Amino acid sequence: MIRLEGITKHYDTGSRRVTALSGIDLAVAKGEIFGVIGHSGAGKSTLLRSINLLERPTSGRVIVDGTDLTALGTKQLQEQRRKIGMIFQHFNLLSSATVEDNIAFPLKLAKTPKADIRRKVSELLELTGLTEHRFKYPSQLSGGQKQRVGIARALAADPQVLLCDEATSALDPQTTNSILSLLLDINERFGLTIVLITHEMHVIRSICDRVAVIHEGTLVEQGRVVDVFLKPQHPVTLEFVEQVSDPVELPPAADLAARLLKITFLGERTYEPILSKAVQATGVTFSILQGTISKLKQVPYGQLVVKLEGDGAAIERTIETLRADGLDVEVA
Amino acid sequence: MDFSQVSWPEIGQATLDTLDMLGLSALFTFLVGLPLGIVLYLTSKGALLQNRPFYAAVSLVINVLRSFPFVILMIAVIPLTRLLVGTSLGVRGSIPPLVIAAAPFFARLVETSLREVDRGVIEAAQSMGASYRQIVWKVLLPESLPGLLAGITITTVTLVSYTAMSGLIGGGGLGDLAIRYGYQRFEKEVMIVTVVILIALVQILQMIGDKLVQRFSRR
Repeated sequence: MIRLEGITKHYDTGSRRVTALSGIDLAVAKGEIFGVIGHSGAGKSTLLRSINLLERPTSGRVIVDGTDLTALGTKQLQEQRRKIGMIFQHFNLLSSATVEDNIAFPLKLAKTPKADIRRKVSELLELTGLTEHRFKYPSQLSGGQKQRVGIARALAADPQVLLCDEATSALDPQTTNSILSLLLDINERFGLTIVLITHEMHVIRSICDRVAVIHEGTLVEQGRVVDVFLKPQHPVTLEFVEQVSDPVELPPAADLAARLLKITFLGERTYEPILSKAVQATGVTFSILQGTISKLKQVPYGQLVVKLEGDGAAIERTIETLRADGLDVEVA
Repeated sequence: MDFSQVSWPEIGQATLDTLDMLGLSALFTFLVGLPLGIVLYLTSKGALLQNRPFYAAVSLVINVLRSFPFVILMIAVIPLTRLLVGTSLGVRGSIPPLVIAAAPFFARLVETSLREVDRGVIEAAQSMGASYRQIVWKVLLPESLPGLLAGITITTVTLVSYTAMSGLIGGGGLGDLAIRYGYQRFEKEVMIVTVVILIALVQILQMIGDKLVQRFSRR
């Protein structure tokens, strides 16, 4: 759905040249929720804005739904932008227009017939739970409600892609979750492709399918959220993962009669008594040194560090059984 | 003090002339100043159509016109006034200098109001595929409406005092009356009456302006 090829962006500030992005390659599939996480100043905002060319990259190509946006003239670009919705950290609503008029805004820009606008706006008010606020002005709304207006507005022109610029960063945790579940709902209901940028791992963990980690203008890591989350490779990624869960680390092996294992469960297996069955069969004992069980998007996962004690051969057999059951086992 | 000597019909006529001058000069000031202010804003640094040489040139012209004391400007533009409206006297002759003096002032007020519009809102409109024209008409102007109304009020009030000054070069109206009767013939009653009318006029304009600003403020 979205392909970024070799995106580079420099800013020239007087005599100094600042590189915001260098050599970014990225592909986002139709219908997925793709997250980009990075610290402030890492270039994530520039990256997001280069998808609809609010920031024109110095070099590289941006292809959305088969169209190379970088090759278009102003008029055609304005046309294409209507297919790309965007929501913002500070909502960016028209303060002089009511909720209803804000949502209708992109349709008015596209000169949609009045009757169609009215129908569409009612639908969106319903979808975002704003029907009772339709005649209010943004200043009369809470942050969460403003972001709902932002989402409704972004969806008005039936876009295929939704770009989210730190959409929950100005909201409290509870409101953040309600906005995230609205985004997830929209993604599932309409098959909308969503690209979001954030500095909160919580956002990535809650709704993203895939994630890219951006650091100093380059993507240092990308992949499925489960892979990146459970096995972070880059130190920056690790930092973000530590925001939401203590790192589960395998300590170095201590003595010979015991083995330390780091076991990773994923999906429904998380809730199965695999470990306990394995040790019953082999007669070794285990103690849990550290662990976490949680969910990524809707997928449960667990990570445990356990100490197995007993006969050496029995321990080896236990490890094999666990691996044969499809668990990921690291041995110290 | 003897107000019976005051020629009320003449006062009435002068008031109408002042209102006439004010209305026409305000209208043309806004017609010239608003687009000029929009152009200034759009070409300023960091704006949509940033163009530094153009901005600097327009800015210089505006600053030059604004540095002129109105009395001097009024006299300096007499040839131009004759060219434009055929006379440099009366209500008609006073319109060009009034507009030349007030339009640059109003343009600056417009520029400042537009600058108050949240950059994010403009960016949002761009992300929705708005053209520059749509951004001006559907974002910039509605969003800055309270500021623009305040600017219109300030400019109109300033024009009231300018119209009074144009009495000096035979512009007609209340200022003319005050100078001829009040100053040159020592009829201080006429002076007092004209001043009171001018004060009332300014009060009313300011009140209407404030009400309108309040009515359209949504922040």
